[in-house]
Amino acid sequence: MIDQTTLWIVIVGLGVGSYLFRFGFIGIIGDRNLPPWILRHLRYTAVAVLPGLVAPLVLWPPATGGELDAPRLVAAVVTIIVGLKTRNPLVAIGFGAVTLYGGLYLAG
Amino acid sequence: MPRQTTKSPFWMGCRDAAPFLLVVGPFAVLFGVLATEAGLNVVETMTFSFLVIAGAAQLTGLQLMVEQAPVLVVLASALAVNLRMAMYSASLTPYLGGASLWTRAFAAYFIVDQSYGLSILKFEQNPDWSLQERLAYFWGTVAPVCPFWYVFTLVGALLGTSIPESFALDFALPICFLAIITPMLRSRAHIAAALVSIVVALVFAWLPYNLGLLVAGLAGMMTGAEIERRTELAHD
Repeated sequence: MIDQTTLWIVIVGLGVGSYLFRFGFIGIIGDRNLPPWILRHLRYTAVAVLPGLVAPLVLWPPATGGELDAPRLVAAVVTIIVGLKTRNPLVAIGFGAVTLYGGLYLAG
Repeated sequence: MPRQTTKSPFWMGCRDAAPFLLVVGPFAVLFGVLATEAGLNVVETMTFSFLVIAGAAQLTGLQLMVEQAPVLVVLASALAVNLRMAMYSASLTPYLGGASLWTRAFAAYFIVDQSYGLSILKFEQNPDWSLQERLAYFWGTVAPVCPFWYVFTLVGALLGTSIPESFALDFALPICFLAIITPMLRSRAHIAAALVSIVVALVFAWLPYNLGLLVAGLAGMMTGAEIERRTELAHD
């Protein structure tokens, strides 16, 4: 169970922090330019954080007690390949889901 | 066409943003369902979506709380996912910075992936647009996306735990994130950032408090930025 205090600190902190990110430049900084090296780092935040979050969940899924699981692993690989080929998240999710359910069915 | 001033950019924005409902809707439902399964009630789940209005960061925060990570690690990791909003804000400033403070304060809340991505593209294509036309287009891209973020979060929260275990919802988050990340891998720098993030996250998975993810995020960002810098140097 998630602790209530933790939950509300995260909800409010994440909300306020995200708003400050959104408001920071358009609201406060105005037309002044940012140093290029900061913008360079900001460009890669999403691709730097999300894969690191997902990788352990793919290799060591909590649902199987951390054991490598063939249907989940194959579904992840199919999602990646289809995502790279089509550049379309919906199509990738579709293929990933079908692969996962097919794999789980075959694995019994 | 003098009457085609502010109304048509708004509808143009609506039309351009409407297809994204297909992504935003299921993503919001997923958040609502997973939040409910993690023990959040409807008020908590809805407040989460209202205040943060960013799916990837919300799901990151939720996942880390489920893993019992300390509050500072949860906040830092989820905020890192949302750092790109600062970049969006910076890049919209030359186009919308002339609006009144209240308008900017209100618009800032609605800077999301879809409204930013569509708006910046249109603003670059239409340098002759007035501030009013740009704002109208921006609100047009917000209208079919953001309200549905709340609505579909609620749908997910109400569905909640009624979804049977055979749906393997535990793996919906990894599949969604992988599907969102892969189209972002546009350059060598993006690919390298993602690969470094994966390797570092796995190697440092033993670190306490889920600190491995923060180390991975930092390493990934620095990798992407450094490769971009070198690529630019090579082209100069």
